[in-house]
Amino acid sequence: MNANLVSTLKTVAAETNALAAEGVHRVDAQATNSAAVRKDYVARVPIYPKLVNGEFRLLKWIGMAMMLGVYYGLPWLRWDRGGTAPDQAVLVDLVRERFYFFWIEIWPQEVYYVTGLLILASFLLFLVTALFGRVWCGYACPQTVWTDLYILVERLIEGDRSARIRLDKSPWTLDKIGRRAAKHTAWLLIAAATGGAWIFYFHDAPTLAANLFEGTADTTAYLFLGILTFTTYWLAGHMREQVCTYMCPWPRIQAALVDHETLMVTYRTDRGEPRGAHKKGQPWEGRGHCIDCNQCVAACPMGIDIRDGDQLECINCALCIDACNDVMKRVNLPRGLIAYDTHDNIERRRKGQKARIRLIRPRVILYAVMLTLVAGVMLFGLSTRATVDLNVLRDRNPTFVRLADGAIRNAYTVKVLNRGETARKFLLSIDGPAGLDVKIVGIEKVAAPVELEVPADRLRTLRVLITIPAQSLTEESMPVAFHVTDAAIGEVRSTSTVFLSEEDEE
Amino acid sequence: MSRKEIDQATGTETTGHEWDGITELNTPLPRWWLWVLYACIVWAVGYWILYPAWPTLTGYTPGILGQSQRDDVAQAMLQLKSSREAQGRLLASATLQQIEADPNLLQFAREAGKSAFGDNCATCHGSGAQGFKGYPNLNDDIWLWGGTLDDIKHTIQVGVRSTHPDARQSQMPAFGRDALLEPKQIADLTEYVVSLSGGKADAAAVARAEPLFKEQCAACHGDDAKGKREFGSPNLTDREWLYGGTKADIQAQIVNGRGGVMPTWGSRLDPMTIDALAVYVHSLGGGE
Repeated sequence: MNANLVSTLKTVAAETNALAAEGVHRVDAQATNSAAVRKDYVARVPIYPKLVNGEFRLLKWIGMAMMLGVYYGLPWLRWDRGGTAPDQAVLVDLVRERFYFFWIEIWPQEVYYVTGLLILASFLLFLVTALFGRVWCGYACPQTVWTDLYILVERLIEGDRSARIRLDKSPWTLDKIGRRAAKHTAWLLIAAATGGAWIFYFHDAPTLAANLFEGTADTTAYLFLGILTFTTYWLAGHMREQVCTYMCPWPRIQAALVDHETLMVTYRTDRGEPRGAHKKGQPWEGRGHCIDCNQCVAACPMGIDIRDGDQLECINCALCIDACNDVMKRVNLPRGLIAYDTHDNIERRRKGQKARIRLIRPRVILYAVMLTLVAGVMLFGLSTRATVDLNVLRDRNPTFVRLADGAIRNAYTVKVLNRGETARKFLLSIDGPAGLDVKIVGIEKVAAPVELEVPADRLRTLRVLITIPAQSLTEESMPVAFHVTDAAIGEVRSTSTVFLSEEDEE
Repeated sequence: MSRKEIDQATGTETTGHEWDGITELNTPLPRWWLWVLYACIVWAVGYWILYPAWPTLTGYTPGILGQSQRDDVAQAMLQLKSSREAQGRLLASATLQQIEADPNLLQFAREAGKSAFGDNCATCHGSGAQGFKGYPNLNDDIWLWGGTLDDIKHTIQVGVRSTHPDARQSQMPAFGRDALLEPKQIADLTEYVVSLSGGKADAAAVARAEPLFKEQCAACHGDDAKGKREFGSPNLTDREWLYGGTKADIQAQIVNGRGGVMPTWGSRLDPMTIDALAVYVHSLGGGE
């Protein structure tokens, strides 16, 4: 029972009993808003997660090593693209306005691939959350991964849970000062490396690294290095679970994504209760398997007791499972008193039914279908992405121009994009109504089709004027098509637009 | 007597507020949240010291960094100028024809011209240079003063009916207002002008007005009424009308002889901007 509740019940009990003086009952009332009771703010209570060993801890170590390895290492991977393109495998090149990802190169015009990637990430997140709860929070979120890394460093320098508690309480000795200094230095170094790795994604990593140490890098580079160093050090070293509990919106959202069949880190109350200390030789019948050893609480990096059930704070990292399994082994009971399980299974076992896991559910199917769909569209788009593209924008102001002889002219801005690494010659041709006359500003003679040279990795903008004589204007809107052909390899891109005019008022 | 309301499920005190059976827990804020507030206050104080912040009776506290958005704009304009310098020099040294023939220079001139057009010309000619009644459309192929690159540049430099000594000058008499013609004659002339571009007109009036047109109008508009560029006189046989093409519009023009003024830009804009404007207007489509 909760402490507050206990005190309230005591208060109620006291009111009915005590006498203040002869004939006067003492009312044990408390001023609700007295400064002594009122608590508007609570200080963070430090958490000292205890090291556990088990398959989930191992999985988290492996995951951490892989993810951090990718994060720190990726900017250094080279990828030869030929031509003048940068040879960094993953690069967000803000100066040249290109995004490079191995064999994929994206222009700002194609930002929809980034949108697609974000949609893909959302559905993947929805899917895994529907299946296994907050695996993102527990295993992959940078906040969790870096906090885990920082706790590892802390443990190496200051020792495990009890040693750290002792050190916190101990007076400032030389040993304590030394350990604290070592810990914060190590944290700051990791933080700086983290901030450093981030900016390497935006510039050629070896060049920027050299410039950083010489002090000749851009101010923004140092600024972002500083900001990310600070946030990493502060959030992973000092804020930790506060970020998840108070800053992150995801714990609130995920409640909508799980259901009764979602596998979540669960204390199996049906098996564990009633809990209590177990004496050697005592029978296990008639009591729960939980021996109330609190190992699960000591292991929890979020500072919660999983036996209280689902909680906002729980990131589903499964370290309590490892802690409990270890204990169950020592008391010769089966593993899995705390396990990935579902709400419904607890109910089923209570009713004597067989527990089962339903992975395939409507929402899982929906998310999987959406995921496949978006991934399919993205893959199709990327695999059929042409190295030439054509954008046509019709002038809207003015919509059309009437010439002296009554002919109508429309103007188009035509952009021919050469995504190749060499300069190329294209043929631009235009289909439209009979009598159509084409002029291109800056090009003397327009014989159809027009030959255009576009430099490597660049686009060329043309202003195309189409004039149609009055007698050919049969409709207010007539179709016009632009085609651009790479004569050498036969690659063709076409764009359809319209030619607008107005019915003669006479 | 007040007693704490305790939520049974969480054991947390409630605020006592209830909406549709949902009560609000009185969860204390994390202490660091308070420190964030204090940090923001400290930040604000630092901001007041460093940057312009408080209004005073006569001005404002300037801040010790001396930051000013006006200076920032001036700085940015200087930067823009210097970033345009290299290409601007190329623009200045090339002839207008060379600019149009070079894709890069053309692109640069069009962009620079477009922004200068928006700042200086769009007020009268419209943001798309589409013109309005009394303000010529610069997209079409009708040019009172010529539509070659050099003609356009000259018009921009000297203006039309402006104060510049070499300004493009033309003046249509106000035949009605100044009583140069009888109202009856003006009515006949209107019918005649309407007939020139193929409009429906009273045949008797057209016949009456023919000698009158030769006498009064042909000197500027030409015997064939197709206009003369050396006088800046418009073609009356086409379908485009600067001051409107209805019978009433045409009559009003004969009565009042309106002629708009375009200012001289040669003394206001630098030569590079004028070149860019000429190329931009020429490339709108009507350029000759």
